[in-house]
Amino acid sequence: MKSYSLILSILLYGFLVSSVAAYERLKLATTTSTANSGLLNYLNPVFEEKSGVRVDAIAVGTGKALKLGQNGDVDVMLVHAREAEETFIKEGHGVNRKDVMYNDFIIVGPASDSAGINGMDDVILALRKISEKSSLWFSRGDDSGTHKKEMILWKESAISPSGNWYRGLGQGMGKTLLAADEKGAYTLTDRGTFIALSTGNKIGLIILSEGDSRLFNPYGAIAVNPERHPYVKYKLAMKYINFLTSTEGQSLIARFRMKGKILFHPHNGS
Amino acid sequence: MTFLFEGFLEGLQMVFQGNPAVYNAAWVTLKVSFGSTLIASLIGLPLGYFLASSSFRGKGFFTVLLQTLLGFPTVVIGLLVYGFLSRRGPFGFADLLFTPSGIVIGLVILAFPITTMFTMTAVSGIDPRAREMALTLGASRQRTAWTLFKEVRFGLISALLASFGRVASEVGIAIMLGGNIEGYTRTLTTAIALESMKGEFGFGIALGLVLLTLIFITALLSRYVQKL
Repeated sequence: MKSYSLILSILLYGFLVSSVAAYERLKLATTTSTANSGLLNYLNPVFEEKSGVRVDAIAVGTGKALKLGQNGDVDVMLVHAREAEETFIKEGHGVNRKDVMYNDFIIVGPASDSAGINGMDDVILALRKISEKSSLWFSRGDDSGTHKKEMILWKESAISPSGNWYRGLGQGMGKTLLAADEKGAYTLTDRGTFIALSTGNKIGLIILSEGDSRLFNPYGAIAVNPERHPYVKYKLAMKYINFLTSTEGQSLIARFRMKGKILFHPHNGS
Repeated sequence: MTFLFEGFLEGLQMVFQGNPAVYNAAWVTLKVSFGSTLIASLIGLPLGYFLASSSFRGKGFFTVLLQTLLGFPTVVIGLLVYGFLSRRGPFGFADLLFTPSGIVIGLVILAFPITTMFTMTAVSGIDPRAREMALTLGASRQRTAWTLFKEVRFGLISALLASFGRVASEVGIAIMLGGNIEGYTRTLTTAIALESMKGEFGFGIALGLVLLTLIFITALLSRYVQKL
């Protein structure tokens, strides 16, 4: 009885596993902002339909996404940290970086706004005020694109943030926003994730500072360098990048809405 | 509390209306949990039996080592196996990272100490004279092991269930080695982690309920097997 069921289960398992590997797969490392907003679920099926390739989206912070590319564990990346991307290319880990789309960062916080930054369009002044008042600030603290951006902004403000008011959470954008909402803290966020959470009535934080040109948030696609990692699916990666930057891909991005709101603007938009 | 409850009802609705994401995640969970428990018992049953029925130098130390592995943090297993499966690691050529098989490898490391220790405990509980008796009556070593296993089948099934419950409910290994790829390596637990990240707490809890139901059904089925 026992040996019979054992053999049966092994056969069954073999069948299950073999039924999986029917498609060619392209591994995409990307940021939580593109995956959690639903953009990839909207774009990738169109690409998959045309190419017959499955896109495996692995959503992590930009820092980790680039690391996965550097290790050759993915084929292509869609990330947002221009400086880190340029270093990545310069060091020879990636090739053919293309601009795909953009949105912007915003500073959000509790409606009570203890630092009094509401309506300030100079983000540097806003940050200085927050640190002067020691208003609670939650940082991603996870080497993501947003975290990298935050550190650049603090540096420009000539502030090295530390103390009781400054907390690095080591969490993704969604969790950081939820935590900031619970504790009445300020934080820097990409607009997409903020819209996703606030239109769902998940958080009561409001936008306090926006519109500074420093808050521009461009997303780029990069193929992993096939000379470094010969087994990466470079041709497929380029096919995917070309799709994202094609007229079709760009107009799909332009038409993407989440709960009626625009989250991303195509790079070649009108 | 109401926001949790409303979200939970909404989540239940999605579950029962046949949301494909839910079924996919449940399916992946079953597949990797079943596979890893199977492999872990192929290692753990013989190893546990061997440890219980023989004595050798260093047995005590080896047992303590296995008991330590029972507390192996899943994120550390995830990190270690990542190092081996990464393209830069020794097994990178096999392209197992971010696949269900990659998850299974990590889960087996998590599960085999459980199956081994449970088996060892169960077999140790048998009166040693039973083994001697079987051997005296002319049973071969394999035959003896088989007889003893039948004697302690309740304990062995507990071993399988404990292992299944552990691997089906862990999240660190699945997310680090699977990458949480929708419809491919997204398990119920990694889906719950994602939903909580998005603030969809209710839906997360509904997914948790699906997971508990799966484990409940497994326990029921094994109860039936025990009575055979």
